[in-house]
Amino acid sequence: MSSSHHREEQHGGHDAHHPQLGFWRKYVFSVDHKIIGIQYAVTGLCFLLFGFCLMMLMRWQLAYPGQPIPIFGRILPASLVNAGVMLPDFYNALGAMHGTIMVFMGVVPLAVGGFGNYIVPLQIGAPDMAFPRLNMTSYWCYFVGGVIMLASFFVPGGAAASGWTSYAPLSVIASMGQTFWLFGMIFLITSSLLGSINFLVTIIQLRAKGLTFFRLPFFVWAQFVTSFLLLLAFPPLEAAGVMQLMDRLAHTNFFVPSGLVISEQPLTSHVGGGSPLLWQHLFWFLAHPEVYVLILPAMGIVAEVIANNTRKPLWGYRTLVYAIVFLGFMSFIVWAHHMFMTGMGTKMSNFFQTTTMIISIPSVVILTCLILSLWGAQIRFTVPMLFALAFLPMFGIGGLTGLPLGLTGADVHLHDTYYVIAHFHYVVAPGTIFALFAGVYYWFPKVTGRKMNDTLGKVHFWLSLVFINGVFLPMFIQGMYGGHRRGYDPNEYDLYKNFPAMLGLVKGISMSAWLLGLSQIPFIINFLHSIWAGEKVTQNPWEATTLEWAAPSPPPHGNFAMAPVVYCGPYEYSCPGRPHDFWPQHLA
Amino acid sequence: MSDVIPYTVEPHPVTGVPNPKLGIWLFLASEVMLFGALFSTYVLLRVGSDHWPRHTETGLNVPLATVNTIVLILSSVTVVMAWYSLKIGEFGRAKLFVAATIACACTFMVIKYFEYSHKFHVGTFPSTSNFYAVYFTMTGLHGLHVLGGIIVFSYLLATSNQWWQQHPEQFTNRIECTGLYWHFVDLVWIFLFPSLYLL
Repeated sequence: MSSSHHREEQHGGHDAHHPQLGFWRKYVFSVDHKIIGIQYAVTGLCFLLFGFCLMMLMRWQLAYPGQPIPIFGRILPASLVNAGVMLPDFYNALGAMHGTIMVFMGVVPLAVGGFGNYIVPLQIGAPDMAFPRLNMTSYWCYFVGGVIMLASFFVPGGAAASGWTSYAPLSVIASMGQTFWLFGMIFLITSSLLGSINFLVTIIQLRAKGLTFFRLPFFVWAQFVTSFLLLLAFPPLEAAGVMQLMDRLAHTNFFVPSGLVISEQPLTSHVGGGSPLLWQHLFWFLAHPEVYVLILPAMGIVAEVIANNTRKPLWGYRTLVYAIVFLGFMSFIVWAHHMFMTGMGTKMSNFFQTTTMIISIPSVVILTCLILSLWGAQIRFTVPMLFALAFLPMFGIGGLTGLPLGLTGADVHLHDTYYVIAHFHYVVAPGTIFALFAGVYYWFPKVTGRKMNDTLGKVHFWLSLVFINGVFLPMFIQGMYGGHRRGYDPNEYDLYKNFPAMLGLVKGISMSAWLLGLSQIPFIINFLHSIWAGEKVTQNPWEATTLEWAAPSPPPHGNFAMAPVVYCGPYEYSCPGRPHDFWPQHLA
Repeated sequence: MSDVIPYTVEPHPVTGVPNPKLGIWLFLASEVMLFGALFSTYVLLRVGSDHWPRHTETGLNVPLATVNTIVLILSSVTVVMAWYSLKIGEFGRAKLFVAATIACACTFMVIKYFEYSHKFHVGTFPSTSNFYAVYFTMTGLHGLHVLGGIIVFSYLLATSNQWWQQHPEQFTNRIECTGLYWHFVDLVWIFLFPSLYLL
């Protein structure tokens, strides 16, 4: 390792150059990728919990329509509830904000901002991200966007209530909360734009000596492709957001059609002449790649955890890489499969159902590689591994149930039903969020130097697995019977009048959702307790091969005592002729 | 911190560029997508409308916009001259060229201000028609980009003396990166001018 001489000197000089930073610079306005990663992850986890709470409130209205909400019914102001009963507008706002918060402020910040920031520089052997101050700016843009979104709950008319998709023209004529939503989104988009540039430059420029692209851990590849999606897919939504703001504030007509009549009154604020379909195109041009932004980092985490706990190299590493790159590319040309019902024409539909069928191929390739990696392994059933193992069938269900939605014939029946809700939640909730839990349990020792409790972790896992399926599995049935996804009061629909058993199903889903909420308590206790009192562990407790485990736990400022040099691929497990069943990348 | 991270100024041996230059190119890629979405909107609304005003009907001031086009192209030349002067070590001349770039950008904004205020004066607003919605949104966003350029160039000029003395390479590099951004802003206008004023 004589080659790292030069850098070592730089490190020494650097430490002398910057003595101790004050509290604010060190922990709040920090430019260290590890602190920023923790800030992202903790903020993201809080938003996940908050978004979930919104949903638990909604489930009350669905299970017990027209009955006062216990406790909250008395606390919430009269603009939201009437005698303790949730008002329809409030229900819509909860739905819209649940989606927005979970996607843009929960999962992405945790998966990309949190894990990406903390782990990527470590896994590529870099001292930090390429642009540390940009990194800090990115976090604070996210934070401001989050504050604006939260503030929107308190403006007259409440938070945005036009769905997380903000379809025009409904969103154009909606109350002030929608304006907050748009401003919040512009901050969130700026944040992810700055972040994605940072990730791409870091991965391209700052890899350690010897760390070629095909020696990168799969997690880094996943973040790499994700960053490209964020970089190129988000700007069109920013443009669309600006145009919707113009529609709302300057009364332009980008998305307002001619002759719009609302509640039997012609719309007077806008003259019309625009195209509502345009909003949908621009929105889904972002939002379909966004789906892959949600799932790719999760696949990366699962790949790391599986390789580590099967003590085998990943099956088909190169295939995985090619598949994920192809997946990223294809994700840009499938967006209109969300819009089969808009009457955009059969030619368009044919194109997009073909591309949609094609994109399922790399997804299946990735899933197959990960499942085949288990073959013949002596699996260590650690807590992260349990979550990673559960990810496979859950993502499988989510992915395969998406195929009927990608075909126009079946989509006509299933569009906007609970089937759709069940489908994408299987991808994102027991899929992505389970993978994120795997990541939290897996990298916790690296971040804190302590391990999370195994027993509490297993309790958390099994309860979550049971109840999350209790939530989403029945929704497939509800959806196939035609249950509309945005219905506020089940009593108003024939479906529930004709099939009283369906109401029982809805109640069961709500019970499962609340029990799922309770099942997170062991995790919260475990997380907080382990930060201060968890079992202390060594630098490499999982006996892993990738570079982040070559740094101390927690890594100091600058990460590595000496710049690491890489001599082999990322998953050298159980290599014949080696003294241990793992061989770290930085050992010759 | 910057002294730890490699390739902040010197080019990476494989990619051949330092970090900021790669970063600015990626940023420009995202900007292409941003303006691409706006141009797509323009095309879609124009094709889909019953009556879209021809350039003779819009009442836009073509001579003023032509002057603006020339001013902006000129500023692209001066920013290259600034970078070139730094490369050959003539710091004083480089400062003049950066100042000239800022002056051009400000001229552009002033002319744009007169165009806008005239429109408001005669009662033309973004809500008047979809053409004006497109016009104000696209030129407005472009104007914000020009403003961003003015701010960055002013910051570079204000801190240039110290920067040039301590890290001349880094300063040259920053002028180059900002210049790349500036060329892009110029290029957007080159597309905006014919599509809005001449078609």
